[in-house]
Amino acid sequence: MITQLLFRALDRKAIWLVAALVFIAIAVPVANLWIPEGNPLYLPNYAVPLFGKYLNYALLALALDLVWGYCGILSLGHAAFFSLGGYAMGMYLMRQIGARGVYANPVLPDFMVFLNYKDLPWFWNGFDLWWFAFIMVLFVPGLLAFGFGWFAFRSRVTGVYLSIITQAMTYALLLAFFRNDLGLGGNNGLTDFKDILGFNVQAPATRATLFALSALFLALGVIICSAIVNSKLGKVMVAVRDGESRTRFLGWRPENVKLFAFVVSAMLAGVAGALYVPQVGIINPGEFDPGNSIEAVIWVAVGGRGTIIGPIVGAVLVNAGKSVFTGAFPDFWLYCLGGLFIFVTLFMPKGIVGLFARVRARKGKEASSAAESGEDPTTLNNSTKSLGKPEPAE
Amino acid sequence: MNPGDGSNAVALLYLSYTGDRATKMATRFLSLIAFLLAVVFAPMIGTSAALAQDDFAAQVNALGPGSFSDREKAMNVLVATGDERVPPVLHALSDGDLDTRTADGKVLFASKVGSDFALKDPVDGTDLGTAPSADIEKVKSNNGLRGKIRTAIGKMTLLSPDGAARLSAAQNVLKNADPAMLELIDQALATEADPKIKSTMELARAVIVLKTEGTLEAKRAAVETVTSHGDRAAQNVLINNLAGAPDELKPLIQSGIDRLNSELAIWDVGQNLLYGISLSSVLLLAAIGLAITFGVMGVINMAHGEMVMLGAYTTYAVQLLLQAVAPGLMEYSLAFAVPAAFLFTALVGVAIERGIIRWLYGRPLETLLATWGLSLVLQQAVRTIFGPTNKPVTPPTWMSGTFDLWNLSFTWNRLWIIVFAIAVFAILQIILNRTPLGLQMRAVTQNRRMASAMGIRTPFVDAMTFALGSGIAGLAGVALSQIDNVSPNLGQGYIIDSFMVVVFGGVGNLWGTLVGALTLGVANKFLEPYAGAVLAKIVILVLIIVFIQRRPRGLFALKGRAIES
Repeated sequence: MITQLLFRALDRKAIWLVAALVFIAIAVPVANLWIPEGNPLYLPNYAVPLFGKYLNYALLALALDLVWGYCGILSLGHAAFFSLGGYAMGMYLMRQIGARGVYANPVLPDFMVFLNYKDLPWFWNGFDLWWFAFIMVLFVPGLLAFGFGWFAFRSRVTGVYLSIITQAMTYALLLAFFRNDLGLGGNNGLTDFKDILGFNVQAPATRATLFALSALFLALGVIICSAIVNSKLGKVMVAVRDGESRTRFLGWRPENVKLFAFVVSAMLAGVAGALYVPQVGIINPGEFDPGNSIEAVIWVAVGGRGTIIGPIVGAVLVNAGKSVFTGAFPDFWLYCLGGLFIFVTLFMPKGIVGLFARVRARKGKEASSAAESGEDPTTLNNSTKSLGKPEPAE
Repeated sequence: MNPGDGSNAVALLYLSYTGDRATKMATRFLSLIAFLLAVVFAPMIGTSAALAQDDFAAQVNALGPGSFSDREKAMNVLVATGDERVPPVLHALSDGDLDTRTADGKVLFASKVGSDFALKDPVDGTDLGTAPSADIEKVKSNNGLRGKIRTAIGKMTLLSPDGAARLSAAQNVLKNADPAMLELIDQALATEADPKIKSTMELARAVIVLKTEGTLEAKRAAVETVTSHGDRAAQNVLINNLAGAPDELKPLIQSGIDRLNSELAIWDVGQNLLYGISLSSVLLLAAIGLAITFGVMGVINMAHGEMVMLGAYTTYAVQLLLQAVAPGLMEYSLAFAVPAAFLFTALVGVAIERGIIRWLYGRPLETLLATWGLSLVLQQAVRTIFGPTNKPVTPPTWMSGTFDLWNLSFTWNRLWIIVFAIAVFAILQIILNRTPLGLQMRAVTQNRRMASAMGIRTPFVDAMTFALGSGIAGLAGVALSQIDNVSPNLGQGYIIDSFMVVVFGGVGNLWGTLVGALTLGVANKFLEPYAGAVLAKIVILVLIIVFIQRRPRGLFALKGRAIES
């Protein structure tokens, strides 16, 4: 059955995408570690975690696309799931520092010694074990998403109201994590990591491995997401997106479908955050900022929501653009980002992927071959009209 | 003639000899003129004033030499003059900041600046430069002298014609509770007319009575006086005196403390309520424009906070303009800023509606994203034009300062903002309920298609609604510029709170927004003393999230088929 599911999951596009990601997972470490410096194919050390970061953002965008693009839930709180996964990984990494901290306390991390903690807070227990921490990376965001979604979807909080309360959730967490007495480093967050699974986080080989893992987990995310959207459940998700009441009257339980998508999405976001932290070397409450969540939404919108490849393309392009722009013209980045938001929503409702699909559809028409019309069950045909209020008469 | 001026001229002459040759002639000439001027004008300025000045200087200088008893005599002479310059001199003497210049025996204020001392003339307050510690000698005082100084100062200030001086003197007596002051206080109480100063003096007197060996009756009366005072300071007095009091008095003091406790608890509630209403008025101003656009158009305007910010910057710009054109009108700059901010943000609102939002009707989530992008652009634009730093907006004098209402203290600007918020709310209600535009807006809110079929130009109503909502945001910006930093990030701090108010109150009804703002503002301020500001905010956010589960469309939800979409 699982092979059957996998078989169905991997349509031709997904296979290509997974193959490309596996190729990147091998090629980038090779280009960094084994190709000598000076060779045009050589990749400098700083680029590896940078590219890794893009892939983590891509996984976050993919997770968001699963709920927004396929299920119609615009979550403005995915930064919270991302950061919680990151904090779970950060706590593991903090425990690995051991007595090598500034205060050389074998158990307590530096900030706790500084804040006069006598014992480890209870929720830090177990984070010295890698398997426990890795389970928590999935469990904590999943639990929050389950609790939040259980109540919200059951009460039929939808549309803009849901978006606003997800934003309130991440804002509340932002404020909470800024507090020193929460026991998670307060303002400064968790940083100064030394080892991960016994390997130095700063070493090029470790960073290359983390990059490869980022690419492979993204590939795994692609497989999971396309398995979901190509299954019967995926069809119901799209149905919930396009007409929730109608789906309910047909006998489905939209709240359960939404809850499933929301929890899976939160877990994927958590994994993205967990891979992000050792590559960036810090996690602090700023990651919870509601602005980050909205930025992730724009990656999805730029790439094309309701597609598997769209959010990945969008996340990598926007973030690469951000790296280039903030370096070259720091004052203009916000103009570009803001302009991008407006431009994409006004003129490219289906994103870059939608643009390609339209070009291909036109070509197909010119050749008058109906077979190549690029009919994708997941594109947003007419979905916008069924959302929200009727259009004003112009 | 005035010897002081003469000596200045002599000093100038002396200086001119030490100057280098090139300037010698000019300096000598100038000093000659100065000498002549001094000779000619000194009698004209008024010999008596000059003499008094001179006398005072001599009396101050008399503090320097001799024993402690000589100093005391000199002090009594000074006190007898009743001169208002005396208390600072005595304070300095008591604090050890009074020094004698060894060169000429002049007594002056000295305060340590680095390794040297900055000197100041006690007679006319002129700056006399700095001197190394070797050139001056401290005027010494001992505890006995200090006690007398305190009494003398109290005497001078408690009976001073200046009300502020009397008040601060009375507070000083209250703080030190010096038994020697009892007689003086009684004397001052007999003539005091100002009720506030009088009550402070009564409290001070009671404190002294409690401290000294007096009759039980007198002490009992003192406890009553303190208790009837009814504030935190009075309670502290009672608590401090509880241990040392005679046993007969203890139950009375204890009951006084308890009574004050319950009274103060009520006042605390009042104070929290006042702060809560103040916060509510700010929230109401920030959220009400959002409620209009959201209610009528179903548009989530993430750039609403930036409209507030633009309003605040308009206030700043109006102030700059007035400063350049008509500085006399600065006091009334708000009268210009209010219409300017409203018009400017309303115009920006129309531009946004016609340029962006019009194309996104029926797609609220896309609108949210586009307006978020717009907010980034507006923020960066303001940062480019005005710079990233905070801009100073000077409040008019009638809006600055604090005032006390019974036991509640409050600032004028907060009070005016409450008044402003109420006014804006009332005007909005009138616009919505009594004007044709309001009628059309309500029609479009309730059933857009039907309104359109009845001949209402819904696009025009949309544009006007958005202009109105943005204009109100601009007004909120004028108010916020008085209490918050005017910076490009001003709006961001309010946007989430405004959304909470709107979502909590429900859309389509301004009363919902009012109730939402009041509830959140007051709840926040009541939670703050127990949980701290940040935790209170978190609790409020969580409560709203829970509340939305119970009522997904807010407190005052619109009902009807048209709303289900």
